[in-house]
Amino acid sequence: MQNRELVIIGGGPAGLSAAVEARKLGIKDVLVIDRESEPGGILKQCIHTGFGLHIFNEELTGPEYAERFIEEAERLGVEIMLDTMVLELTADRRLVAINSREGLVEIKAKTVILAMGCRERTRGAINIPGFRPAGVFTAGTAQRFVNIEGYMPGRKIVILGSGDIGLIMARRLTLEGAEVQCVVEIMPYSNGLIRNVVQCLEDYDIPLLLKHTVVNIHGRKRVEGVTIAEVDDDMKPVMETARFVSCDTLLLSVGLIPENELSRMTNIEIDEVTGGPVVNQRLETSLPGIFACGNVLHVHDLVDYVTQEAVLAARGAALYLASGSKKYEHIPVVTGDNLRYVLPQRINVDAVLEGKVNFFMRSVRPMAKAELFIESEWGVIKSRTLRHVRPSEMISIQVSRDEMIGSEIIKFRLQEEGGRVEHGN
Amino acid sequence: MIDVAIVGGGVVGCMIARKLSRYQLKVVLVEKEDDVASGTSKANSAVIHAGYDAKPGTLKAKLNVQGNPLYDEICRELDVPFKRIGSLVVALNEEEVNVLEELMERGKNNGVPNLEIINREKLLEMEPNITSESRAALYAPTAGIICPYELTIALAENACLNGVDIKLNSPVIGIRAESGGGLSVETPGEIIHTRYVINAAGLFADEISRMAGAEDYSITPRKGEYLIFDRRFGDIVNRVIFPSPTKISKGILVCPTVDGNFFIGPNSNDVREKDDVSVTLQGIEEIVRGARKLIPRLPLMHVIASFAGLRAVSNTNDFVIGASKKVRGFINIGGIQSPGLSAAPAITEMVVDILKEEGLELKEKSNYNPGRPQINKFRLFNNEEKKELIRRDPVYGRVVCRCETVTEGEIIDAIRRPLGARSLDAVKRRTRAGMGRCQGGFCSPRVMAILARELGIDPLEVTKCGSGSEMLKGRTKEFIETGGVKSAK
Ligand SMILES: Cc1cc2nc3c(=O)[nH]c(=O)nc-3n(C[C@H](O)[C@H](O)[C@H](O)COP(=O)(O)OP(=O)(O)OC[C@H]3O[C@@H](n4cnc5c(N)ncnc54)[C@H](O)[C@@H]3O)c2cc1C
Ligand SMILES: Cc1cc2nc3c(=O)[nH]c(=O)nc-3n(C[C@H](O)[C@H](O)[C@H](O)COP(=O)(O)OP(=O)(O)OC[C@H]3O[C@@H](n4cnc5c(N)ncnc54)[C@H](O)[C@@H]3O)c2cc1C
Repeated sequence: MQNRELVIIGGGPAGLSAAVEARKLGIKDVLVIDRESEPGGILKQCIHTGFGLHIFNEELTGPEYAERFIEEAERLGVEIMLDTMVLELTADRRLVAINSREGLVEIKAKTVILAMGCRERTRGAINIPGFRPAGVFTAGTAQRFVNIEGYMPGRKIVILGSGDIGLIMARRLTLEGAEVQCVVEIMPYSNGLIRNVVQCLEDYDIPLLLKHTVVNIHGRKRVEGVTIAEVDDDMKPVMETARFVSCDTLLLSVGLIPENELSRMTNIEIDEVTGGPVVNQRLETSLPGIFACGNVLHVHDLVDYVTQEAVLAARGAALYLASGSKKYEHIPVVTGDNLRYVLPQRINVDAVLEGKVNFFMRSVRPMAKAELFIESEWGVIKSRTLRHVRPSEMISIQVSRDEMIGSEIIKFRLQEEGGRVEHGN
Repeated sequence: MIDVAIVGGGVVGCMIARKLSRYQLKVVLVEKEDDVASGTSKANSAVIHAGYDAKPGTLKAKLNVQGNPLYDEICRELDVPFKRIGSLVVALNEEEVNVLEELMERGKNNGVPNLEIINREKLLEMEPNITSESRAALYAPTAGIICPYELTIALAENACLNGVDIKLNSPVIGIRAESGGGLSVETPGEIIHTRYVINAAGLFADEISRMAGAEDYSITPRKGEYLIFDRRFGDIVNRVIFPSPTKISKGILVCPTVDGNFFIGPNSNDVREKDDVSVTLQGIEEIVRGARKLIPRLPLMHVIASFAGLRAVSNTNDFVIGASKKVRGFINIGGIQSPGLSAAPAITEMVVDILKEEGLELKEKSNYNPGRPQINKFRLFNNEEKKELIRRDPVYGRVVCRCETVTEGEIIDAIRRPLGARSLDAVKRRTRAGMGRCQGGFCSPRVMAILARELGIDPLEVTKCGSGSEMLKGRTKEFIETGGVKSAK
């Protein structure tokens, strides 16, 4: 059994940023464990630019963004254990991990940061009817084939779902000489960032079919085509509108799910809406000494936010190591009208670091203009006007401790201003 | 000259192959797909039925009840998981309670042991998630669950070890009686001369029979669709839960799997094509509706896959088993619909008797091995065992499929075993890599790389399930050279 100060599970941008910050804060023994043979997480396969705009004021590629943190981590003496899969985690922070060199490794950690990232939703999760031939891939798997392995998963492609990975793959595959027939989206708006819709579809004349879905997959051995149809307001396909689209590949970009299998093992409290742990202002989970950040906590669209969050988790861990477990009284953070979730889900106002809390939230639908209200039992404590609110783009707002002090409850709600918009772009 | 040629590598064909491999015989099994268990035997309810369902006097009833108890020994010898968890038929109203009485009576007639009708309280105690509208249930403790493709593969591996020649990718395209006696079986690659042919071709048994000039019967495909759920919810039921049966089917069940998941299904609809295993929107709705009657709160957000299987329904609506009266040496095993899996061991015994009657001499081999090489199922090992396994062979320290914790060692083993895997699906059926909640999203590129390396083939040649199902379409840059690049406006 090894004894460790801080073990970070996952060596993506979340885990690496947390490790760097932890070393800067003076934690000597920082171990990052990742199951892949290289650190960097999902960024290794994101060779497009657009990373780091907030943090570095630069447009970096995924590998470049990751590299900055990998180098920093190495310089600061972070230990990174690669090709190693964590199989077990207990509530009292004991871990079991395996690799080929050391076999089975048992570790007792004083603090743990969960940074396992997320996985993609699959065909099963959305129940697409039809045959089960080769040629149905998630967009992320296709991205790995193209960008890391150097293979094309298909030549004539339909993409279901307009999440960012799907949009980016539409452009990438087009540049590689494949024909992307269309991107099919069941919602009346895209699920990706506007800049990706413009730069990946519009610039290449790839049609985005909103309020449409795939209702059948054809082909016994390999995909031969799909049937797509319009959906009505209840998202039920209107079969009269069904038409066949010939293709050899269907890519799915239908959402990400935080990878919390290890967290569930510990019986950590999970928020069924975010799919990640319930956390407080220090990103501490319901289990003392276990923190979470990045996509394992909730799905992010910008890596810069991931890094910010990881820094906070590292500070939480450092405080925990310095002062030990302290029982906090938390007040609830309530998700009100028009919001899907708000994070953190609870706070202790007195223990707020640096006098302010960064709240992250997502709207339930697009709005051209909206007013965000933050309320306590005393009434509105803060409000802000937001333009072009979209479910795909996370809203972030800082609230200072002084604004919240004395409250028993903090509630966020979004109110639409003006007429309702159906189409976000 | 071959002694026996078996057509079809489903559970029936493979179990017969294994049985015959204990005798001094030359046996060949031909299968049209790239792996055994590629037909109905991979997509069914996986229940070893107790045997109260089938009409007394039918072959289905007799062979089900005879087959069920034989499973303990088969699974022990082959190290295949089999759990006798029992089944419950649930009655939701008075009328259905009467049906339970009838079923119990029928079961007793068929010879099913230990049947019992339990009341609502007992039922809710045994199955807390079951609908509060339930009245009573028929409890059959001898029913069990198994993994039907793992069983079929294990049978084939054992047959292979004991000298049966298993020819994959070999569709039978002609069968002829030869003038000097015996039969010739034609595949695209060769002609096999044999004394006996056993037709275990599942949905296609009628066509094989006709091809040989033997008895004429017809098989209609009847589809059953399923939804399978994330392992996290595997304990929603503890036993096989049936609704009260109707005239045409056993109904939509809620059932645990031996691997710890649970599934709902199947429905029952005749279809035109024998390879139509597509899942339909209506079908999914139908099974969800059906299953909700038993378990009102289903975690529908956590479905990981849907699939369909086809029952081979003969025009007699019973198994068609027997030596042909028209073609000497040709033996039919047709119409093996449910409970064909449960009945397979008894079907096997029956076929061996038929072969004896038809003049085949059965002499035991001295070196028959009833087992197969051990499989290291890493996820089921405890930490000490894991440690020891990785120490012995470091490739077991590398996890390839994260959802099911399948290691590289297991994948290499699946490829190198007797009747080794040649495609992604074949690896999946042997190891569970790709069967978890992410359905291969993470591991399929990794499994493909291992397959290519082990088989010495190009990654472009790696298939999902045999020729025509290649996973990749080309190398990057290749299409640009041939196709032309679209550039941004
Ligand atoms: C296609 C795509 C395009 C994007 N585009 C942009 C963009 O343009 N700009 C931008 O800012 N952001 C973008 N993002 C978002 C951003 O990259 C992600 O939000 C960020 O990478 C998440 O970081 P993470 O560390 O939480 O997760 P990950 O990067 O997924 O890292 C998690 C790590 O944990 C490891 N791990 C998990 N479980 C275990 C275990 N049990 N044992 C050991 N190791 C484990 C994994 O191997 C992985 O390395 C994009 C994302 C994608 C997918
Ligand atoms: C929806 C459903 C639910 C079921 N549930 C149960 C259950 O719970 N319990 C139970 O006991 N039974 C059940 N069954 C029945 C059981 O699955 C079948 O009885 C059993 O799998 C039949 O096995 P088989 O070997 O006869 O057929 P198959 O598994 O179909 O094997 C036939 C093989 O022959 C091959 N073949 C066909 N034509 C040729 C050719 N020309 N040349 C070479 N090879 C050929 C095929 O590729 C196939 O591999 C169910 C069936 C279905 C469809």
